[in-house]
Amino acid sequence: MSITAEEQQASHEHTHGAPSGLKRWLYTTNHKDIGSLYLLFSLLMFLTGGAMAMVIRAELFQPGMQLVDPHFFNQMTTVHGLVMVFGAVMPAFTGLANWMIPMMIGAPDMALPRMNNWSFWILPFAFAILLMSLFMEGGGPAFGWTFYAPLSTTYSNDNTALFVFAVHIMGISSIMGAINVIVTIVNMRASGMTWMKLPLFVWTWLITAFLLIAVMPVLAGAVTMVLTDKYFGTSFFDAAGGGDPVMFQHIFWFFGHPEVYIMILPAFGIISTIVPTFSRKKLFGYASMVYATSSIALLSFVVWAHHMFTTGMPLAGELFFMYATMLISVPTGVKVFNWVATMWRGAISFEIPMMFAIAFIVLFTLGGFSGLMLAITPADFQYHDTYFVVAHFHYVLVTGAVFSIMAAAYYWLPKWTGNMYNETLAQWHFWMSLVSVNVLFFPMHFVGLAGMPRRIPDYALQFADFNAIISVGGFVFGLSQLLFVAVVFKCIRGGESVPDKVWDGAEGLEWQVASPAPYHTFSKPPKVD
Amino acid sequence: MHTPLLKKLVLAVLGMFAFAFALVPLYDVFCDITGLNGKMDLVVAEQSSEIDKSRKVDVSFTTHAKSSAPFSVKAQQYSVTVQPGKLSEVEFVAQNLSDKARVMQAIPSVSPGQAAKYLHKLACFCFDQQSLDAHQTMKFTLRFYVDTELPADVQELTLSYTLYDITSNTAQAQNNSTPLLSVAEHTYLRGQNNG
Ligand code: HEM
Ligand SMILES: [Cu+2]
Repeated sequence: MSITAEEQQASHEHTHGAPSGLKRWLYTTNHKDIGSLYLLFSLLMFLTGGAMAMVIRAELFQPGMQLVDPHFFNQMTTVHGLVMVFGAVMPAFTGLANWMIPMMIGAPDMALPRMNNWSFWILPFAFAILLMSLFMEGGGPAFGWTFYAPLSTTYSNDNTALFVFAVHIMGISSIMGAINVIVTIVNMRASGMTWMKLPLFVWTWLITAFLLIAVMPVLAGAVTMVLTDKYFGTSFFDAAGGGDPVMFQHIFWFFGHPEVYIMILPAFGIISTIVPTFSRKKLFGYASMVYATSSIALLSFVVWAHHMFTTGMPLAGELFFMYATMLISVPTGVKVFNWVATMWRGAISFEIPMMFAIAFIVLFTLGGFSGLMLAITPADFQYHDTYFVVAHFHYVLVTGAVFSIMAAAYYWLPKWTGNMYNETLAQWHFWMSLVSVNVLFFPMHFVGLAGMPRRIPDYALQFADFNAIISVGGFVFGLSQLLFVAVVFKCIRGGESVPDKVWDGAEGLEWQVASPAPYHTFSKPPKVD
Repeated sequence: MHTPLLKKLVLAVLGMFAFAFALVPLYDVFCDITGLNGKMDLVVAEQSSEIDKSRKVDVSFTTHAKSSAPFSVKAQQYSVTVQPGKLSEVEFVAQNLSDKARVMQAIPSVSPGQAAKYLHKLACFCFDQQSLDAHQTMKFTLRFYVDTELPADVQELTLSYTLYDITSNTAQAQNNSTPLLSVAEHTYLRGQNNG
């Protein structure tokens, strides 16, 4: 069944339309509005966090202290990490979930629209508080995004309370978002949309939402303990009072490792949507994808101490966490093989979303390989806290999570706006990003293996040449993202009109609604066959 | 229609928040049973009834004052060789290096970590908070023995003390006989602000 533009228009007019002005955005409970808000906010945070990365790379362009003092440098690495994780990547996925999940399962909106409004609108406050602390006396958080005790307790400044409150609000926002996603998927599927017919983006988000519900409260607990240790005299992490600083790391990484999967599972869903479209084939191994995603999620709870190999664990612990970590690469490998098998003998065309998806597959896998190297306990003793780790997680997060978000934006922008993006600009954006991102992150492997520690504003002379190259890659990558901003705003303003089914190989309910997607869709549930 | 599911999810969130705090005692119990982190119970042990004369174990001592703690504590012997089960005594000399009266808490730790539960102390200055007047010197005796059950592959172990200045936390409780600061039970008895 397909829904014509007129039908959609009609249902639009007799319900209340969108109110105009600021109030529309402030009071909106419409999943598409909220999705757009999340995505635009995420873009803003991506640029903010990116600006901080530029400061970091400018300081590291040459050895010696040039531009900023070490304390400010530490604030930059810390806040860059926090902004990118909680402000850019996670809200972008939530934005995509808001836009796409109801349309993909044939629901008129998210299940809990008012909570949806809240979960977005508390986010800007959280980041305002966090960023404000940078300008206050004593400065912002400078203890790394992982806020290890005692750095965040004994040695942090008085603005740490602001950091704690900001993280609390971000956590509440993600939890509300996750609850909404689960309730929507469980209760609002159109009839006939059985579990094993769910699009993979919906599946991966459902599993992500459960991960969020399981671990965001643990993060909230960890920051609360930091708060009471610092301000109220408890000793959770203070050995003098009977606590243990290593316990902080256990609690943090019990959250932290599932968190990295929170940032990659929706990406898996996106890639599993885009690759079949442009290969003009069904996804290879749909069921195995679902099971692989679930096993990755479950395993992610038993590998946290691979971040802590050097804390002096007993041998049995080191071995357990080494093997458990390596085990995760099995379901991850299943996914990569399925994507490649989907492309195999497909009638592939290379539109921009597909280019990003292919880049994702290659470069994310590269990040997975460096992850495997880090998982080898004796090797990690050497690699830990060097730029090798920085290279690893930027491959999985930038060329992984961020590239998937870009792919998704190019894939669905025409559906959202009704206009095709500017192909030339998009090509420039893709190729500039692809080349510069590798100039930026690939040499980090080498300086890391050579022993350059992470999170330092100055370094030994022998690392100078590589760091200069890395910084140039960084500046080019940073500037290239302005092209993306240009593409997005040009596309919102206008462009070549697109048909309802924007991509000829695409499947799914979202392509049955008009382009641009009307304000209300599926007020009458569609039939799924 | 959404309420039942919503309730379950909210409960799960609250449960996980509680779980984060439950990790604290769980972690301690886990480390206690396995002795993984080298942390020791601050409890007075009973004397051993048997002595293993066939074995010798080296026990070394080291102390380390936390950056701002103005104390020095030195063992009179760098290390001693003991037979498991046999009671030994080592003298420690502690000094307050500052111009003010201070309260010191020493936290013991053993490495290798798995040996922690085989080192038993009958008397230790770490059992109590120690008040030292300005520049006062004090002698303490550590009485301990190594358990006969100590795994055979452990031939030497190190007992290290980290010294903390807890003066500001004990401003009202000035005397020596304040109750044990029980590491194992995690009683957060420090009513006062750190900062
Ligand atoms: C095959 C899969 C993977 C393996 C085996 C793996 C393994 C590891 C290991 C062992 C470390 C700790 C390195 C150290 O600190 O010495 C690490 C760090 C990290 N990984 Fe992975 N990883 C994998 C995939 C991922 C994915 C998919 C993400 C995120 C999307 C990710 C994000 C991170 C981050 C952010 C850190 C650094 C955290 C920090 O210290 O700041 N990893 N990884
Ligand atoms: Cu991890």
